[in-house]
Amino acid sequence: MLVSILHRVTGGALTVAGMALLCWWLIAIAAGPEAYATFSAVATSPLGLLVLIGLSWAFFQHSFSGLRHLVMDIGAGFELKTNKSMAIATIGASLIATAALWGYILGVSR
Amino acid sequence: MSRGDSSTPLGKVRGLGAARSGGGHWLDERIGSVALILLSVWLLASLLMLPALDQKTLFEWLHSPLGAVPMALFVILSFVHGLEGMKVIVDDYVHDEGNRVACHILLLFAAIGGAAFALFALARIAFGVPA
Repeated sequence: MLVSILHRVTGGALTVAGMALLCWWLIAIAAGPEAYATFSAVATSPLGLLVLIGLSWAFFQHSFSGLRHLVMDIGAGFELKTNKSMAIATIGASLIATAALWGYILGVSR
Repeated sequence: MSRGDSSTPLGKVRGLGAARSGGGHWLDERIGSVALILLSVWLLASLLMLPALDQKTLFEWLHSPLGAVPMALFVILSFVHGLEGMKVIVDDYVHDEGNRVACHILLLFAAIGGAAFALFALARIAFGVPA
């Protein structure tokens, strides 16, 4: 139930905020160093980082949850216990992946 | 490639669901999802492996065919996937048929517009000259 709702919420966030960010990012790269400096300043501000971390979590959650749906689409994993474990695993995996990604990024940039 | 009739026996008996149609479309969505996961892994790995994330490095990366082509595919597939997902949400929560169709049209405009902007920017990078 929770994971199903999360799939929608993260999907919506990735579509609205993620696609807007993707457009802005590509347009800034195309426009040149000054436009990109503006993008970069906003993206690396505390609020920008919070949005990026949030979107990366949304991406991992949606991806793992999506993989779970693909498993269920082939008719597997409908036993109550298995199903519940897989659902919980998507939350654990997305949190670990997000922490690992940003641990790596912030570790390298230091 | 024909995938045959992919509607389920139950679907044939009970008629149409909230989306009104689409067994083959269901399969296309899944294929697109798998492609998008692969492209997302490519994008994430590429960003992590680039020596820096300044404009010059990113421009050179997306200027090369191995950067520009997968990025174009990523842009197209993510907008298609996002549009399809938003339409499913609308189908479930907007019950008035007129409003439902109006929402679909607005979503389509937004998706096409956004994808066109992103692809235009990408084309400028791919066919442009690094500053």
